[in-house]
Amino acid sequence: MNPMPASTIWFIPLLPFAGFLINGTLGRRLPRAVVSTVALLFTAAPAALVAWLWTTMCTSGAPNTIESVIRPFGYEWIAISGFHADFAFTVDHLTLIMLGVVTGVGFLIHIYSVGYMAHEEGYWRFFAYLNLFMFFMSVLVLAANFLLLFVGWEGVGLCSYLLIGFYFKKSSAANAGKKAFIVNRIGDFGFLLAMFLLVVHFGSLDFSQVFATIAQNPQWQQQGAHFLPTICLLLLLGAAGKSAQIPLYIWLPDAMEGPTPVSALIHAATMVTAGVYMVARCHVLFNSSPLALSVVAIIGAATAIFAASIGMVQHDIKRVLAYSTISQLGYMFMACGVGAYAAGIFHLLTHSFFKALLFLAAGSVIHALSGEQDMRKMGGLRTRTPITFWCMSAGVFAIAGIPPFAGFFSKDEILYRTFASNNPLHIVLWLIGLATAGMTSFYMFRLWFKTFFGEPHVDPHATAHHSVHESSWIMLLPLVVLAILSLVGGWVGVPAAMFGSNHIERFLDPVFTNGTAAEAVAATTGHTLELVLAVVSVLVAVAGFTIAYVFYYEKPGTADALAERNSHTYAVVKNKYWVDEFYNAFLITPLLMFTRGILEIIVERGVVNGSGQAAGAATRGLAWIERKQISGNIRSYAGWLAIGAAAVIAIMIFGSSMWGAR
Amino acid sequence: MPTAYYLILAEMLFSIGIAAFLIKRNVITIFISIELMLNAVNLTFVAFAHMWHQVSGQIFVFFVMVVAAAEAAVGLAIIISIYRTRQTLNVDEIDLMKS
Repeated sequence: MNPMPASTIWFIPLLPFAGFLINGTLGRRLPRAVVSTVALLFTAAPAALVAWLWTTMCTSGAPNTIESVIRPFGYEWIAISGFHADFAFTVDHLTLIMLGVVTGVGFLIHIYSVGYMAHEEGYWRFFAYLNLFMFFMSVLVLAANFLLLFVGWEGVGLCSYLLIGFYFKKSSAANAGKKAFIVNRIGDFGFLLAMFLLVVHFGSLDFSQVFATIAQNPQWQQQGAHFLPTICLLLLLGAAGKSAQIPLYIWLPDAMEGPTPVSALIHAATMVTAGVYMVARCHVLFNSSPLALSVVAIIGAATAIFAASIGMVQHDIKRVLAYSTISQLGYMFMACGVGAYAAGIFHLLTHSFFKALLFLAAGSVIHALSGEQDMRKMGGLRTRTPITFWCMSAGVFAIAGIPPFAGFFSKDEILYRTFASNNPLHIVLWLIGLATAGMTSFYMFRLWFKTFFGEPHVDPHATAHHSVHESSWIMLLPLVVLAILSLVGGWVGVPAAMFGSNHIERFLDPVFTNGTAAEAVAATTGHTLELVLAVVSVLVAVAGFTIAYVFYYEKPGTADALAERNSHTYAVVKNKYWVDEFYNAFLITPLLMFTRGILEIIVERGVVNGSGQAAGAATRGLAWIERKQISGNIRSYAGWLAIGAAAVIAIMIFGSSMWGAR
Repeated sequence: MPTAYYLILAEMLFSIGIAAFLIKRNVITIFISIELMLNAVNLTFVAFAHMWHQVSGQIFVFFVMVVAAAEAAVGLAIIISIYRTRQTLNVDEIDLMKS
């Protein structure tokens, strides 16, 4: 077995960065073919590297030996009297899965973008940003300490901002970018405070050191040390910002203003899962604080059902998917919160497949309809865009949790783990999760039926120039690959109850050895329960399908009638529970009043502008005095000259005696 | 004769030159007053040269005379061109450099 040369890891983030530099500096002058070739090459190479890493790891005997093959390594970065943070990478099983997702799905989406963005302005800019994103995301998942993770964390936030606001001439897109950035700042504020607390209490930001210190000091947990829950909750605030959880989820639906490949890559498959990754990465911290874990689980479950309920009534195809993403991320948080980190990461993996697929397929539909995103104006696309239809179907079945598609296994694992952890709170969470599963199935099949079945509602005027058409092969290829992955991706985690061996949890075992509380419980409850629960969740998914079938296929109009009858409830959900309006009224408006009323008048106009104007007025006054001398009258000049000369002579005669006396 | 006499004469000439420069408005008169000041300085040079028995002061006077001749040539040329363009030699009216 060949030890992996550690320096190779550096190429995984640095290659996309090189691609960013090339496209970012020269891209404007390069032809489109060169730009896309550069972008694809510099993302294909890291993907190949990661694939090689996988094969090296998996063929070198037991996969448990990864950490003995690649140790943390890096260069000194910040070192101040005892505290140091290195520019260091580390690779373990969790990182490997994340790297696979980031580079693999990222590469597929790059391919898709070549087709999708072919006619857009700013082609080079788009690919430069995408490559930059790949760089920061790789740094994020490879980082060996909190600080470097934060660098990646901020970097992906920056790329997200740049790409949401890609169509910056459209004010809604520019505003959405700002909203995402500002909301993320709130989360980052929590992350920063957590890091400060870590430095204060642990004197280090290295994952390994912090976690080792916690393991060495079990008395902290028994004595109820306050800083552990505080750190965890602050980290959770950061994760909630990045992964769009309550109360910071509001930016993600607006982020759909970005181009669809961006929604697929950043706002579905990779960046938004960074919060889940971070919680899983810090599982030692979270395990030390049951309170924080419960909060994680509750926030996850609440977000899951909340976002799913909003998703049921949206009409914009991308917004449905956005709320669905928030909801699925809630599932992942719920899994982490009940201690089933491996299940959370498993769902992250499968979700990245099927949600990227759904977004790309939605992009293909939008492309086919020349930019139409309203599902009320779609319909009957099954025969017009057959390949997109079949791929989309794979994604829909996967997310709805129909076996044997990927989503079924991961979602079921989460629900089972939640139910089996013998905690009355968790039973409630399980019920919420089950209800969410039903809602997910409903709104996904609603999307499916409205888009692909029934009568076409395409506005004939809007699409007069372009007839509805299937996308080009370069867009369909990633769709097909992702569709296959959405079908088979879940098979790595078939539980023992269904005659599988749950490879992914075995694989992640070395990382989450401390997180096995729930798994230990699960092992004792037996397979029957698991099977029963699986049957229940499949039944719920089928129920969601049936309702969607009746509402939107068999008797279209039923849904509208229902909405009419419950108009109050419908209005509440349709308006997204007025959360945006609530934030506007209670946070943004007071803040704006404060900045415009106090900061602008007193600080801006009073202090900042005032001091500038005072300096200007003083200069003008001096100049007024000076100007009196410059009269243009030659005799006044001569007079000044004579006075000056007299003064010089006086100083020469009397000055020396005056100063000499000293 | 004591050097002081020469110096007093030179001082008087120089003061007359300055006063004329400040008072008179005609460019040519001003020009003459400048010459007066220059020659007052020349007188002090010569006086001191005589007092210290050094020729360098006298040599310097030649330099001043040469420069003054050149200056007179340039100055008169300027005066002529001013008169041609503005039809006046009153310095109070020549104030284009007023800010």
